[in-house]
Amino acid sequence: MSRPTPEPVQVIKQRRDGALAALVGSVPYIRFMGITFDRRGDELTAILPFREMLIGNPLLPALHGGATAAFLETAAIIELCWSLIWPELESGRLDAAALEKGALPKLPRTVDFTVDYLRSGLPRDAYARARINRSGRRYASVHVEAWQDNRARLFAQGTGHFIMPPVEGAGAGDG
Amino acid sequence: MTPEKMTAIARQFIAALPHSRELGMELVGIGEGRAEISMPYDPRLVGDPATGVIHGGAVSALMDTCCGAAVMCHPDGNGNTATIDLRIDYMRAAVPGQTIRARAHCYHVTRNVAFLRADALDDDDDHPVATATGAFVFERRKGAGA
Repeated sequence: MSRPTPEPVQVIKQRRDGALAALVGSVPYIRFMGITFDRRGDELTAILPFREMLIGNPLLPALHGGATAAFLETAAIIELCWSLIWPELESGRLDAAALEKGALPKLPRTVDFTVDYLRSGLPRDAYARARINRSGRRYASVHVEAWQDNRARLFAQGTGHFIMPPVEGAGAGDG
Repeated sequence: MTPEKMTAIARQFIAALPHSRELGMELVGIGEGRAEISMPYDPRLVGDPATGVIHGGAVSALMDTCCGAAVMCHPDGNGNTATIDLRIDYMRAAVPGQTIRARAHCYHVTRNVAFLRADALDDDDDHPVATATGAFVFERRKGAGA
């Protein structure tokens, strides 16, 4: 009645965080915006630390609507990528070390993205979580919520459609 | 306030937006509820390192700024605005290395809302990179016809 010894938690965390860091670090625009991701198990929270260059209206001051849109879209794309990587990583089919060396999967392409501006973005850190409402072989629909001080008081939400990258090893012609 | 003065204010205002400035945006033309703004190619804005294509978020910021500028210079408006809703459709990837230009116009304004359409173009004028539709806060200036 012996089971294999579970992997030490630190090893698991290192593998998951390493994969996430490799994914996020590969996109120049995410670095430009200063967006980071907090991970709890497979749940991601995107964080946009406040910086002066994110301001749109200096009189209020308020975050630029475009910066807000970019933040939501980034949260949606990384969530989609993460949903593709996670099962591969957990099953051991995807090697975290290879991922860190740049063997990253192709990114989904945005078809459309709609942002609903609920209140003006304050000059503070912002957070976002994306929920994949549908993810098929070709298309995905993702909803994103963003807040600042209070989780229940969203300052923006967004919905977008994406074309998923072709799955490697999938039969050609029906992709 | 005269439309000319408001246009001058809009030009200054856009130059003073920190995020737009950081993205290298420049006003190409503005007036009568229309605006054109350019954004040069910048490797910092790449969204897909495999292709070098600019991130959709940067295109969104350009569209949002351009729509806002078009509302601000509408002859019946008082120069104030904010985005209520903005939808972007991505037609194709912008060609890496090319400047992206956005053109926006208010196709309808009511007492409180301006409705906008915008295109984003690279060097190929006939095939937009992206199109946008939006609703923006609109405030009539005193004395403007209802």
